[in-house]
Amino acid sequence: MTTPHDLERREFLKRLAAGGLVIAVGASGVRRLEAMPAFFAAGDPFQPSVHLHIGEDGLVTIVCHRSEMGQGVRTALCMVMGDELEADWTTIRLEQAIGDPKYGSQNTDGSSSIRGTEYPRLRLAGAAARTMLEQAAAAEWGVPATDVAARNGAVVHVASGRSLPFGQLVSRARLFPVPAAPKLKDASQFRFIGKEVAGLDLHDILTGRAVFGQDAKMPGMKVAVILHPPVYGASVATVDASAALKVKGVERVITLATTPIPSGFQPLGGVAVVASSTWAALQGRRALKVTWTASPNDAHDSVAYRAALQASSRAPGRLVRKQGDVAAALSSAAKKVTAEYYAPHLAQAPMEPPAAVALVTGDTCVCWACTQDPQSARNEVAAALKVPKENVTCHVTLLGGAFGRKSKPDYVVEAALLSREMKAPVKVVWTREDDLQNGFPHTVAFQHLEGSLDATGKVTAWLHRVASPSINTTFAPGVTDLSDGELALGILDLPYAIPNVQAESCKAAAHTRIGWFRSVSNVPHAFAISSFVDELAHAAGRDPRDFILELLGPDRIVDMTKVGAVKPVDNYGDTWEAHPLDTARYRKVVELVTMEAGWGKKLPKGEGLGLAVHRSFLTYVAVVVHAKVGANGEIAIPRVDIAMDCGFVVHPERVRSQAEGAVIMGLSNAMTSELSFKRGRVVQSNFNDYRVLRMSAAPRALHVHLAPSGGLPGGVGEPGVPPVAPALANAIYAATGKRHRSLPLGKA
Amino acid sequence: MRLTVNGTSRSYDGDPAQPLLWYLRDELALTGTKFGCGIAACGACTVHVDGQAIQSCVTPMSAIAGKHVTTIEGLSVAGDHPVQKAWADANVPQCGYCQSGQMMAAAALLKQTPKPTEADIDRAMSLVICRCGTYTRIREAIVAAAGGR
Repeated sequence: MTTPHDLERREFLKRLAAGGLVIAVGASGVRRLEAMPAFFAAGDPFQPSVHLHIGEDGLVTIVCHRSEMGQGVRTALCMVMGDELEADWTTIRLEQAIGDPKYGSQNTDGSSSIRGTEYPRLRLAGAAARTMLEQAAAAEWGVPATDVAARNGAVVHVASGRSLPFGQLVSRARLFPVPAAPKLKDASQFRFIGKEVAGLDLHDILTGRAVFGQDAKMPGMKVAVILHPPVYGASVATVDASAALKVKGVERVITLATTPIPSGFQPLGGVAVVASSTWAALQGRRALKVTWTASPNDAHDSVAYRAALQASSRAPGRLVRKQGDVAAALSSAAKKVTAEYYAPHLAQAPMEPPAAVALVTGDTCVCWACTQDPQSARNEVAAALKVPKENVTCHVTLLGGAFGRKSKPDYVVEAALLSREMKAPVKVVWTREDDLQNGFPHTVAFQHLEGSLDATGKVTAWLHRVASPSINTTFAPGVTDLSDGELALGILDLPYAIPNVQAESCKAAAHTRIGWFRSVSNVPHAFAISSFVDELAHAAGRDPRDFILELLGPDRIVDMTKVGAVKPVDNYGDTWEAHPLDTARYRKVVELVTMEAGWGKKLPKGEGLGLAVHRSFLTYVAVVVHAKVGANGEIAIPRVDIAMDCGFVVHPERVRSQAEGAVIMGLSNAMTSELSFKRGRVVQSNFNDYRVLRMSAAPRALHVHLAPSGGLPGGVGEPGVPPVAPALANAIYAATGKRHRSLPLGKA
Repeated sequence: MRLTVNGTSRSYDGDPAQPLLWYLRDELALTGTKFGCGIAACGACTVHVDGQAIQSCVTPMSAIAGKHVTTIEGLSVAGDHPVQKAWADANVPQCGYCQSGQMMAAAALLKQTPKPTEADIDRAMSLVICRCGTYTRIREAIVAAAGGR
């Protein structure tokens, strides 16, 4: 099967100008546009995020407004819209959107490109266009619309077999009103949705032709690397550039201003070396002699900070959930269990370090970047250049991994500022050292949990205190603890049938930029919660699987207005009505994964199975890790089973691959990775000391079990990660009786 | 000095200390070879020099004089090297950034060890990091490219 491919932008614009049928879908429904894409003012309820164009040449153009980073969004959009349209797959072309509000939200985060309301919108666009094409054919032939049907790029008169290709019907189809609620295809008729479809970018990747941010170029382009301040908040004091300027190929050394704390998406500042080649720029940077101003974060030290977080979590914090009377239940319990968990800062460390190319000409700027959010990139570049954002065009390349790092466009701004100085196109290349030491680390968390059991082993109380610096500290002063949105990632939405539940958010100051990381605060929260459930199970003398199923209680929809949350609980930006907290779905993934993994089977000494279940991004995931612990404590993982209920599955091959990748990243988080600070600086510098999972440590067997329960799709990219680390810790406990409460495992 | 890149003879008179990686990417525009770490710790830059898998980010041009370099762009004419075919069949890539290095490492492994054991695969492939986590599929693809087990 030929795959849709990217259009040259000029060809795209030319074809769109030539007319055709343009359908767009926004929150308030579906419309036909005269041209694609059009801008709708902020007050207009119609803010389309989905754009579909069928040309008189029969070519179908789908605009991909989200960024591709391996999750398969470019392919999935074509699958859904193309299927509802009844398009011929070989006629589908994909246009990667520039950053512009006319495309709706382009922020590729929160596992949100397909989930929730996006999937119905994509279908609506395809179905509306198909219906209009069918009406056009029926009118052409003078037959009732019920006698015709779109099939593979043409409309067929069913009785006679006559057919007209889409291209010939487009001009007539435009005359019909856009159906507000066109008939959607029955699932049995799907040709792409839910089927195995090869990725659009697969061949380019396999032949080395795929263009990532690091590969982008413009004629006459210079290359810059930047020596960033080693401590957050420091700025350049003195620069001796004499040696750097002697390096052959180095053209200029430019000091960049430091954005004051909190610096948001704006750059850290530092000293840029601009050269004719990457090698010259790197050599030049090595030759710089720079001193830095003092920073309030100069004394930041991860060992002392951990102790401070621990102290914070041992005292009452901001009350965010109170159900029943935890204090009374704890004091009268037959058995009380207390445990504390630590999860360190992590680096997203995508294999492609951040990079961007920009060309500033007068008061306009064109850039190419591996960004998860080209709208933010555009806004931040415009703000830094002090030009209207309409003057900034941000193109999106493929992303060589992102995991949240590339939501923050500081490197794009750097390229723009340097291009303005150089009056030439400039590519900013971040090195791995920059990525690890000057990035936006994932939050760090210390959590204090207390639970109680009655004489029969039932959980009567659950107290959860978390001390963890908020992402919001990067954007606003005076942020003292996690936001309610971050607390909704596992803590406020704890589903268990426990009569007394209390959650508190304790103070945690930030001494670095904090940023999103794949599945965000779910990572530390799920580690603590699912480890603690396992600890309670063992304290009660129960099998952890049976204990979890009992803790879930009877199948039910948890009424989120009655869980004692102090404020309404966020549901990943969606409604609880559309995506309720459903304990039956937890139960089913637990039952599936334990059955597939052979839960309860006899294992040799030193081996064990561990189980964890977590819901995030509207998707339910349960994991069983089989761990094997050697005589010297070395951990091997013969097998991992992961069961996922993401509602409806659009692109099964990519859903499985995302689940596999989540297991590997979850194991990295659990076993090897830690970003730590000393004297305000990140200790680790590259993959030699910021360790991530490699082939030799990867599970020998990794089984994904999809258990879609139907309805709307949930998120896919992130929800696999959170239950992995606790499942491993629980497996090690089962294997050895040793409880790991601090990540990475095996360290202290 | 002279060298051969993907079958084409080239002359080079630049900085002999420049790593092969930047020569390939910046001067020949062969951007299929990726920059990931610069210290031979991640393998994204893996290419073949006289048939051996090496990390081009730490290999100076002076070490390449008279040698034959093969990059992902030169692994096959039509993208149909057995490794590329096995990678496609197993849908290995996610983001794809490390996959040039993965495939070059795998191709060199299979050339030297046509029927690699699990330990052979671990040894050769643990030099190349994949952050998306495609390891199980890489293993599966190598076994398939080796003609199955």
